[in-house]
Amino acid sequence: MTAKKAPAPVNPMEEFLRMDRIPHIWCPGCGIGTVVTSFVEGVRKEKINLDDIAIVSGIGCTGRVAGYVKFDSFHTTHGRAMAFATGLKLGNPRQKVVVFSGDGDLTGIGGNHFIHAARRNMDMTVICINNFNYAMTGGQVAPTSPPDSKMSTAPTGNFEPAFSLPYLAEASGATYIARWTALHIRRVTKSIQEALNHKGFSFVEVITPCPTLYARRNRLGDGLDLMKYYYDSSEIRHGHDTRDTEIDFQGKIICGKFVDKKKPTFLDAMNTHFTKTFGDKYQPYGVDND
Amino acid sequence: MVKADPKGVMTGSWFLDGDYALAEGALAAGCRFFAGYPITPSTETAERFAARIPKVGGCFIQMEDEIASIAALIGGVWGGQKAMTVTSGPGFSLMMENIGLACMMETPMVIANVQRAGPSTGLPTLVAQQDMMQVRWGSHGDYRIIALAPDSPQECFDMTIEAFNLSETYRVPVFIMTDEIVGHMHEKLVVPPAEEIDLVERKWYTGPKDKYLPYKNDKDGIPFMVRSGDGYRFHTTGLTHDERGYPLLNAEQQKITVGHLIDKIDGNADKIISLEEKEIKGAEVVVLSYGITSRVAVKAVQDAKKAGIKVGTLRLRTVWPFPEKRVAELSRKVKAIVVPEINAGQMVREVERSVAGRCRVTSVPHFGGWVHDPKDILKAIKEAAK
Repeated sequence: MTAKKAPAPVNPMEEFLRMDRIPHIWCPGCGIGTVVTSFVEGVRKEKINLDDIAIVSGIGCTGRVAGYVKFDSFHTTHGRAMAFATGLKLGNPRQKVVVFSGDGDLTGIGGNHFIHAARRNMDMTVICINNFNYAMTGGQVAPTSPPDSKMSTAPTGNFEPAFSLPYLAEASGATYIARWTALHIRRVTKSIQEALNHKGFSFVEVITPCPTLYARRNRLGDGLDLMKYYYDSSEIRHGHDTRDTEIDFQGKIICGKFVDKKKPTFLDAMNTHFTKTFGDKYQPYGVDND
Repeated sequence: MVKADPKGVMTGSWFLDGDYALAEGALAAGCRFFAGYPITPSTETAERFAARIPKVGGCFIQMEDEIASIAALIGGVWGGQKAMTVTSGPGFSLMMENIGLACMMETPMVIANVQRAGPSTGLPTLVAQQDMMQVRWGSHGDYRIIALAPDSPQECFDMTIEAFNLSETYRVPVFIMTDEIVGHMHEKLVVPPAEEIDLVERKWYTGPKDKYLPYKNDKDGIPFMVRSGDGYRFHTTGLTHDERGYPLLNAEQQKITVGHLIDKIDGNADKIISLEEKEIKGAEVVVLSYGITSRVAVKAVQDAKKAGIKVGTLRLRTVWPFPEKRVAELSRKVKAIVVPEINAGQMVREVERSVAGRCRVTSVPHFGGWVHDPKDILKAIKEAAK
């Protein structure tokens, strides 16, 4: 008799990934994968029903997240993930809608949709992977590129000012805002857990290395070097004024949970308003429409 | 087919404009999600929807621009709703990229374009029919859509219901190509009782969850749809994709995907196309028109008949897919086809292509701002009859 073979070990991630699409396209040393791992870990820890989560992505390296995670997942057009997600949430308010977006997708081409979704306090979670450049297209300068960083369309250095995303999010009306670097694995996970439980517009920015383009062009070593550098350059200051969260080239990165407040969501405000206006004749939308 | 939900149906006789009639048609068709951005001469539809929806049940959102409106619409449909938006030229241009996404994801939805004269800001906001080619070709790549052209507020109502039914049947965006005059024209509108309105339900998938393939065609060539949140954990993308909805980026899959988007409309063109023909039998000349121009042409046709010319009319209720077979048939029987339209000559190109030299084709262009003087159409008919 031969001993019974032990079942092949299963990676705990497999339940959450479309394994038939792995390997993924991301470069070795890229931070997107670690953020996806943190996200999955956050969902697992919160014991959220996997059927209740919808992932929306736009275009770019981060845009590919929607293709690898095993949830209802939508890979949409460049910059429009926020607007698509707004419609998806209103179409079926029971779902937890999560947008995975890169910095260029979210705040360059998609900037208008980002600020308006925040303004409305749309009940959704936005995870922004900020690698300071348009990586999918070859490392072009982005609205987040630190001043003086060298990019393929700023070969002698970037002379434009950069967005500070926590400040932009807060000014626009976001009600949960946190920032970490890709190596703050446990803290990213915890913030994603909080964001998923937050009622309203929650925003988690993760500073990640782009080894192939940003790091190479600026001679910053490989992905791990830069991941470690970002981690070492971070300063955790919870509740810090978002006006002071700018990131200089290879400068200090202020991290932490900056904003966590309550405000009516778009649907709450709509239902409250119409109930006040029409009384019992109004059937609140998205509350029991299942 | 199912019957309309009486909650959305404003049964009775009304005196309403075409823009309002679009909103009433949408509500009667079960549309409960509207995302839009204000642009004259289409705003009344959004206003009507915003005013009516709290009492009917559903959601209206005014988005930050037309790009956001169409993107939100696609999201709303995947969230399980029937959805509509309305716009005019400049907004229509902004929607183009995501119209391609809607086609690629095979998302049923209705988009009305209350046309005004361009290019650019053009003549805000006087009539035109200048987006007839844009609706067909405006987004990049090869794809097919369905477009209808109403000529009255009553038809705005009726065609919106037809548009929803066609969009659900073929899982494609359907366009209502109306114009400023039909949009702002007040006429009698009869809204039938809900039980007289037949609606096509979404093609819901009901099989085992783990067997669902979002882009596997059913026997009728159209894939089944599910709602986000119902546990299928499916994927959809604007990339060329296989039956699972997974990206597959090669020429073989491209042939299958694009071929399917084309075939499902072209292959069903006979079922989709709706025409209104009058006095075609024995006619020497046929006036082919659509939308508001077909009503202006009535006067020219009456005068031509008085002058002893045998003239018939063909009105395109469906503009796209173009009725090329029917126009080809006519070209074998008539001397000429006269095509008045409020543009520099757009649909006339399709007529010429279908006629292929078998009869004369006369374009009667008008650059917009007002309708044709019927005398110009009459002159063209007389010339054509010679």
